[in-house]
Parts: sequence; C-alpha cells; structure tokens
Amino acid sequence: MQSSAQTDRPMLSVQGLKKVYSSDSGDVEAVRDLTFDIAAGQLVCLVGPSGAGKTTLLKCIAGLLNPTSGVVELDGQKVTEPPKKMAVVFQEYGRSLFPWMTVRDNVDLPLKNQRVPKAERQKLVDDALEAVGLAHVPRSYPWQLSGGMQQRVAIARAVAYRPQVLLMDEPFAAVDAQTRADLEDLMREIWGKLGVTILFVTHDIDESVYLGERVIILSNSPTVVQEDLTIDLPAERSQLETRSSPRFAELRHHVYEQIQRAKNRTA
Amino acid sequence: MSGKKRRKGDSLPARIGFSLGLPVLLIAIWWLSTVVSPSFFVPTPPELVQTFWETWVGPRFHTDLLPSVVRLAIGIVATIVLGVVLGVLIGSNRALRSLTEPIFEFFRAVPPPVLVPLLILIIGINDQMRIVVIVSGAIWPVLLNTVEGVRSVDSVLTDTGRTYGITGFARLRYLVLPAASPRIMTGVRQCLSISLILMVISEMFGSSSGLGFTIVLFQRSFAVPQMWSGIAVLGLIGIALSLIFQFTERRVLGWYLGQREVQRDQ
Repeated sequence: MQSSAQTDRPMLSVQGLKKVYSSDSGDVEAVRDLTFDIAAGQLVCLVGPSGAGKTTLLKCIAGLLNPTSGVVELDGQKVTEPPKKMAVVFQEYGRSLFPWMTVRDNVDLPLKNQRVPKAERQKLVDDALEAVGLAHVPRSYPWQLSGGMQQRVAIARAVAYRPQVLLMDEPFAAVDAQTRADLEDLMREIWGKLGVTILFVTHDIDESVYLGERVIILSNSPTVVQEDLTIDLPAERSQLETRSSPRFAELRHHVYEQIQRAKNRTA
Repeated sequence: MSGKKRRKGDSLPARIGFSLGLPVLLIAIWWLSTVVSPSFFVPTPPELVQTFWETWVGPRFHTDLLPSVVRLAIGIVATIVLGVVLGVLIGSNRALRSLTEPIFEFFRAVPPPVLVPLLILIIGINDQMRIVVIVSGAIWPVLLNTVEGVRSVDSVLTDTGRTYGITGFARLRYLVLPAASPRIMTGVRQCLSISLILMVISEMFGSSSGLGFTIVLFQRSFAVPQMWSGIAVLGLIGIALSLIFQFTERRVLGWYLGQREVQRDQ
C-alpha cells in the first residue's frame, strides 16, 4: 500500500469541482467551484445551508456521480467510479441496509465480496459489531432494530471494510437527539482508534463543531467554499464539557454567522 | 416478536376452524340437497368419494393423472426460470425495455388457448406442445413483475452496493434478486393458477390422455360422477400448489413479511 504520509500528499483532494444537472427545464448548477484538500487521518466536517449541494458533492467524491468539471483524487488516484478504499454511510439507514440479510451478513457482505478469507472476516465483523456496541444482535434483521441501532450497523459495515476514507452523508439527521449524541461520541471514538480519514457532511452547526478538527463551510447554491475553519478544541471531547466551553460557543457562533451570511448573499 | 398483538383467530384450533368451516358447510348443503332432490347429474358426497378413489387411484393414476401433473410441474418451473431470467435482462436494460414493451402488450392480449391449434401445427401433438402452451400463457405475470421488481430496486441500496464494489453476478445475487423477490413472488402466485388452466386446455385438443382429456371423455360418455371426480382432482392440485407456494413464500420472503409487520405496528 502506498502511504500518503511519505509524500505529504493529501488523502483526499477536490479541485475545481463543478456539477451541473441538465434537465428539460434548463440546467441547474448544484456545485459551482469547490477546492479543498483533506490530509490523511483528519476528521473534517462539511457544513452548509440546506440545498447547498452537499449530497451532490459527496456523491461526486464517492464516485457515484461524475462531476461536470474538476477532479477528485483519492490518495493520488483520480476517482471515476466508487474506489475500493472508500466507504459511505448514508443518511437513510433504513434504505442502505439489506433487509433480507441479518445484521451480521450485512456487515460481512462487502468483505465476502472482496474474497477476504473466512477467519479474517469473522474477526473483522466481530470487532466492528463490538466497536459500535451491537455484539449482542448479530442474528437480528435490520428492520427489527431502532433507527439509531440500524445506523450503528451501517457504521459497523463501513468500519469492517477498513476504508482509508469514510464519507458520511448527514448520517444522524434522522435519529433522535439523545441517540445522536451517542453516535457522535461513537464516531469520535472510532476515528481515534482507527485513524481513518473522515469527511462528515451535516447541516447541523453544533454537530460540525463538536465532531470536526476542521469545518468547511459551504455557501448557498451555486456552491463554493465560504470558509475553511480549524476547530482548536481539545482532542478529548465530551458532550457536557465541550459543548459548554466558551471556545465551543465562539466557534459555533462564528460558523452560524457564516452560514447566515451565506444564506443572505443570494436570498 | 414480543410486541406482536394477538389477533382473533391466532390459536391453532381457531385457525383450523376458520379454514375448514366454510368447506364443511358447503359439503353439508350439497349432501342435503342430493338427499332432498336426487339428480342424475349431481352425485352424493359418498358416491363421489368412492368414484374418486376407483377412478384416480387405479390405472388412470399412471396414464392420465401423473403425466398431467409432471407436465404442469415442468411448465411451472420453465415459466418461472424463463420469466425471471428474461425479466432480469429486460428490467436492467433500458433499451431492451423500450424495444420489448409494445410486443409484450400484443402477446399478452392474445388468449393462450387460441395458440393451441397453432402450436399443434408447429410442434405437433406431444408433451412439448402442451408445456409450451402452459409457458406461453403463464409467463406474463412472472416476466412483467420481475421487470418491475428489478426496475424498482431502491436507489440508496443501489448506491450502497456500488460503493462497496458489489457488481456483476454478486450484485444480481445479493441485491437485485432479493430486492425484486416480493414482486417475483406476486408473479409466481398468479402464474400457478394460469398454468393449471392451460394444462387442462392443452389436453382438450387432439389428446388421448391427461386430466383435461379424461374429464371431457367422462362428460361425453355421461360418466357423471367420474367427471365430477376429475374436477375435484383439479381442485386438489390447486390446493397443493397453493400450499407449496405458501411454504416457499414464508422461506423466501420471511424478511419481507416481517418488515411489513413491523411497519404496520408502528
């Protein structure tokens, strides 16, 4: 495996990305011109007003959509189709898990498909389920679980896959507030343990500041990078202390202001 | 699941009562009416049971019943295999879909029994012809439902499969076929009754054996109880098919039925 640390090359690089959807009623410019880099092992949050083309951007990065122009590079390789070293966790957990498979089989399938030897697979799946706190339900079906638990299964599947980059598209937007806080801490924990590069898309300002080492704020559509902000909170974060610290409040205030500005610029 | 509500008629005796109640009542009415006003054209229940036994558990079992059932089974299996294979191909290929749609509308509108004389000319009077008659009429629900099922695979699920590199045959096996299976099973259920009808019809033309032939023969020779017993055989085959279907459905679609139950309870 090539290591990006040796060459100092970013793990993920987005350059001049533009996406225009053409339809009968005219072209819609979802993303105008986006450029940013993410270093290996970083946890970056991408936040922007609703309708800023966050999902479009994420799909372009994941290789699910071809950009109109611009380039996405993963570890120096141009992305033209979904790359092997990348996993995606979608917002719609209910529609991204295979309902005809047990929790365990869901987590196992991508590994089986990659012909990972059985013994190794077993360990990876066990560890991943353990990491998300679902070691006790491997034989259940996803639809027998609560929303938060289903999203944990999707996270376990991504973790077991051992990606270099993990993309998350508003993964906690559809779960209740308490579950959401738990899942946020779970992500920080997994990130700390695995050292995986994470790009976390959200529309929740608090969440972006709490989770990220860096927050990229997108403008309103047509989308450009409004600001690239470093979050200088301590690495050890907790829902109680971090969220009530003065620095958190300042950062949150700042991001909020930027988003308001982004909205008003075109509105 | 523990949260499942018990509905009326969930216990075993109640279920048996519900499923046998109406048949028992109908047989009672039939029996009573044959006693009150006997008719040459309507046998009494004991008469029918006796005739049934004599007629179908004798030599006719091998010459008429078994060949019909075997042709039916081959016809159904061929229908399902062909319908699903073609349905997957057409469902996952937009060009093929636009190409085939008008032709399907045409062939679907043609009643399969009128194909029998034509197929006799082309294939001849033999087992192949009868199986082709079954397939030509029964394939439509399977084919069209499979096409729809394949087309309506959830977009998020498709994206998920793509991001994990689940493509080609693995995609078919782990994603497309299971996702389409509820629709496919709907088509299979419809194809069963059509197959049974066409099995009988295919044996009514230029045949010298088979269930359809035998029933017509009995009718023409005024062997009235025997004719009724033939109809009873068809009914029993229908019940057997339905039981096999339900058993298979529970195994194949357990996840789907469970998921629906959960959604309904919410």
